[in-house]
Amino acid sequence: MAKYLLLKHYRGAPAAVNDVPMDQWTPEELSAHLQYMRDFAARLESTGEFVDSQALSQEGTFVRYDGEGRPPVTDGPFAETKDLIAGWMVIDVETYERALELAAELSAAPGAGGEPIHEWLEVRPFLYASPTITE
Amino acid sequence: MDESLLRTLTPTVISVLVRRGADFAAAEDAVQDALIEAVRVWRDDPPRDPKGWLVTVAWRKFLDAARADTSRRHREALVEAEPEPGRGETTDDTLQLYFLCAHPSLTPASAVALTLRAVGGLTTRQIAQAYLVPEATMAQRISRAKRTVSSVRFDQAGDVATVLRVLYLVFNEGYSGDVDLAAEAIRLTRELAARTRHEEVAGLLALMLLHHARRPARTAADGRLVPLAEQDRGLWDTRLIAEGVDVLQAALARDRLGEFQAQAAIAALHADARTAEETDWVQIVEWYDELVRLTGSPVARLNRAVAVGEADGPRAGLAALAELDPALPRHTAAAAYLHERDGDLVTAARLYAEAARSAPNLPERDHLTRQAARLNAKLRG
Repeated sequence: MAKYLLLKHYRGAPAAVNDVPMDQWTPEELSAHLQYMRDFAARLESTGEFVDSQALSQEGTFVRYDGEGRPPVTDGPFAETKDLIAGWMVIDVETYERALELAAELSAAPGAGGEPIHEWLEVRPFLYASPTITE
Repeated sequence: MDESLLRTLTPTVISVLVRRGADFAAAEDAVQDALIEAVRVWRDDPPRDPKGWLVTVAWRKFLDAARADTSRRHREALVEAEPEPGRGETTDDTLQLYFLCAHPSLTPASAVALTLRAVGGLTTRQIAQAYLVPEATMAQRISRAKRTVSSVRFDQAGDVATVLRVLYLVFNEGYSGDVDLAAEAIRLTRELAARTRHEEVAGLLALMLLHHARRPARTAADGRLVPLAEQDRGLWDTRLIAEGVDVLQAALARDRLGEFQAQAAIAALHADARTAEETDWVQIVEWYDELVRLTGSPVARLNRAVAVGEADGPRAGLAALAELDPALPRHTAAAAYLHERDGDLVTAARLYAEAARSAPNLPERDHLTRQAARLNAKLRG
C-alpha cells in the first residue's frame, strides 16, 4: 500500500470544466456536493483506503523568525499568491492507478447544474519515513 | 502478563473454535475479544493454563455473539456442539491459518492485515498504528478481508509462496511504529519454518535474520542511513548471523534453489566479510545471476550491475547498467555511485542530486542529498 495526497486548490490548478464559483450555486447544488464528499469519504473508509480529509480556510498568514528575542514577523495574506491550497484527502491504496481512479471520482463531485465539476486535483505520493530493508 | 505468549497462542485458539464449528470470521473476532480481556485480567490473576483460559473465554465470546445475531435454532446447535475436548488442535491448523490469511483472492495489504491479526495476534489498533492509518480504516480492511475468504474451506491446502510474500512485505515495512513489524515477521516466519520443510521458508527466514542482524549498524544515532560499506561491523549481531547462515546452509543442501535462498546467500556473503574490502563480490555477482535467472526481476538486474561494478570495476558496472531501463527505481542512484567510483565526480554529484529528487523515502532522499553535497564541497575544493 502507498499513501497519496489528493490536493484541492483554490487557485493554481488549471480551470475546471464546470467552472462556476460555489457562491453562485443553488443551495440544493451545494447540499448535493457536500453529500457527495461525505459519501466518498465513507466509502473509502469501508474499503479500508481512507486516512484523512481536511479543508483549509482561504486566508492564511505568512510567518518567519526574526532573530533572538524578537516576535515573529507576519505578512500577508497576499492576494497575488498563485498557488492556494483548499484542502486535501489522504488515501492509502494498492496502486498508483487506484490513486488516479479515486482522484477522478472525487473530481466528478457535482457542482453547478448538478453536473460534475471536472476539477483538477493534484495527486502527490508520500515519502516514507523508513527505508525498505531488503535491498 | 506475557503479551508475546498471548500472541503465540492466537492461531491455536482460533483453530480450536473453527474445529468446534465456528466460522473463521466469527472465531477470529471472538479470539480478538478474548485477547483484549486477557490483557485486562491476567496481570492481577494469571491463569495456570493460559491456552485453556483463552479457549474457554473465546468460546464464550463466540456464543455471546452468536446469541446476538443468529437464530435460536442455530445457537442451540452450536451449544450442543461445544464439548469436544478430545479433538485437540494440531500444528497443521496453524499452517492452514497462514494459508487462509494469505489467500490469493486477497490484495497484499488485506493479506498482511489479516495475517497480523489472526496469526500474529496483534490488535486492530496496533496494526493501524504500524501502517499509519485510522483504526476504523484498518478495521474495515480486516473485515473485508474476512468476507473475501469466508467461502474458502479452512482445511484447503494453500501455496507457501503466497504466505512468504505476505511475510516478506511485513518484514520490509520495518520498525517505524509502536510494533516492531520486522521482529514480528521473523517470529511468524520462524513459526512457519517449524511447521514445514519448504526450502524457501528457510530461505526467507535466513534472509530476515541476516538483514535483522545488521539493523543496529544501519542507522546512525541521528537517524542517518549508513550504507553497507561504511557500517560498523562490530555492531552486527553475530548470533543472528550464525543462525541465519545455519538455516540457509541446511536449505541450500536440499538443492531446491529459490529466490529467497539466493537473496539470503548474498546477505550471508556480506555478513561473512570482516571489512567491506574483504567482500567476495565475484561470488555475489554469481548469486545475482541466479537471482536474475529465477525471477527475471529488474531490481535484481540493477543490484547485479552494482555488484559487477565492485567485482570488475566501475566501467563494467556502468556497462551493465546501460543495458537496463533508466526509469527503474534507484537506477540514477546506482549510476551516481558507479560514476563516483570511476572518478567522474561532476557527473556523480549531478546524478546524486537527481536521484534524491525521485527517492521513494526520506532516509534515502537525505542520504542521496548528502552524497551530492559531499561531492559538491569536494569539487569546490
